[in-house]
Amino acid sequence: MFTNHKYIAFETIVIKEIRRFSRIWLQTLVPPAITIALYFVIFGNLVGRRIGEMGGFQYMEFIMPGLIMMSVIQNSYSNVVSSFFSQKFQKTIEEVLVAPVPNYVILSGVIVGGMARGLAVGAIVTMMALFFSDLRIEHPLITITVILLTSAVFSLAGFINAVFANSFDDISIIPTFVLTPLIYLGGVFYSVQLLPTFWQVVSGLNPIFYMVNTFRYGILGSSDVDVYWAFLILGVFVVGLYSSCIWLLRNGKGIRT
Amino acid sequence: MTTAISITDLKKTYANGFEALKGISLEVQQGDFFALLGPNGAGKSTTIGVISTLVKRSSGSVKVFGKNVDTHIYDTKLDLGVVPQEINFNQFERVQDIVITQAGYYGLPRKLARERAEKYLRKLGLWEKRNDRSRLLSGGMKRRLMIARALAHEPRLLILDEPTAGVDIELRRSMWEFLTEINEGGTTIILTTHYLEEAEQLCRNIAIIDEGLIIENTSMRNLLEELDSQTFILDSPVEISAIPIFNFEDVSVCKVDSKCIEVTIAAGRNVNEVFSELDRLGIEISSMRNKTNRLEQLFMSRLNENGLK
Repeated sequence: MFTNHKYIAFETIVIKEIRRFSRIWLQTLVPPAITIALYFVIFGNLVGRRIGEMGGFQYMEFIMPGLIMMSVIQNSYSNVVSSFFSQKFQKTIEEVLVAPVPNYVILSGVIVGGMARGLAVGAIVTMMALFFSDLRIEHPLITITVILLTSAVFSLAGFINAVFANSFDDISIIPTFVLTPLIYLGGVFYSVQLLPTFWQVVSGLNPIFYMVNTFRYGILGSSDVDVYWAFLILGVFVVGLYSSCIWLLRNGKGIRT
Repeated sequence: MTTAISITDLKKTYANGFEALKGISLEVQQGDFFALLGPNGAGKSTTIGVISTLVKRSSGSVKVFGKNVDTHIYDTKLDLGVVPQEINFNQFERVQDIVITQAGYYGLPRKLARERAEKYLRKLGLWEKRNDRSRLLSGGMKRRLMIARALAHEPRLLILDEPTAGVDIELRRSMWEFLTEINEGGTTIILTTHYLEEAEQLCRNIAIIDEGLIIENTSMRNLLEELDSQTFILDSPVEISAIPIFNFEDVSVCKVDSKCIEVTIAAGRNVNEVFSELDRLGIEISSMRNKTNRLEQLFMSRLNENGLK
């Protein structure tokens, strides 16, 4: 298959993925925006005023990067897991499997589709945040890089979940019992400096903690973690998960009998 | 003549231990209209799954137009169009988008993909429905949409797994005409079907698969010539008073009702002689038909023979 054919196939998958979540925008784009708006109103505005400062910033400013990151993580993950599992379930995945599309093109298309939704919701949430606080970005390059890498990591993770899932229950277990606790304990709402030493060490084992703090560093210029260390972790996750996904596709796990 | 598909000693055992294919070998020539017949669970869909790479084979090899599907994965897939048995498109997508998306997977630029979608949706009578969500289509329309989708990249080999299942007779006949047209245009077609009349009407060569083995692989003509007898139902416009007695030992007759008889004629006996005899006996015949489809008769006898083994 020629390079331009592969690009057309990749573009086709991305367009299909974007068309899917845009078609059901009331389920995919609006609910996360409303949820995050409630966080801004309740935690940022009402409760935040009584909390005062956190990590040297107004509480609203402090939680804003974490809430944007939370929406990106959840939506990148859920887009890929629900889209790919539905394709498996309805057997529509066969459309692309019988075509001469290399595995890495299939994976890249699905992942970029997940990233597109994550970033679309992130953009909506960011626009909503502007109603509550001024947004200044201290390090734009770091901000953009970390959000792209994070959405890629969770799109890849969602793909693995979808490959192993055998029922619709299986695609909600990881987001409910793993992802949500990791996000809430990842320093979205508090600075890790507030925790006892033991829990600070435990927080260091949570990859989302590095992503949230690096994103916060990009926007506010302040972080609980070493940014270079965080990028190294993100890089390892992207490479490790991408390789795992390619291996699963090559072996036809869950998609070829 | 080029071989469109060549299967050698193909075996497939599923994870649960079920041996779906026990070493089948098959060749289909370019330009052929080939029937792959067999009862449910015989291994037809598994064979198609292996050719289209949706099913991982246990052993054996598959070549499409002389190229191995393992070493020339992209070339062989470009040559192949598959219409599966089950509906496998996104039922929330628009009809036209389904075909355009499939063309995109094969690397067709957007403009060409749109042209192909229009061409095949028009040919299959779906152009008026192009903007409808596919779930709103009738069963027959969904089957035609899958054919349009499989043809979007204009493959040299089209494999259809029971394309007319559940389709009414009028629509089935229009699909036959369409398939004949594209076959005459040079596309090799492999068809699986439970309608043996369909296979007899369309296909030049045939393989019968049963319990994971090919039990017959010949031309349709040769197979039909093997029939040792044929049974006809003859209708008369007037009442037939008694069962006619023929001078031939290899023709037997029984009465179906007062205006209808059933005549079984051995292979080699000229049907004209039977009609002359009926004329001599003063029996007027207004219409005749085969009691059962000829291929069906052979198909059942082959399956029975295989069962006895």
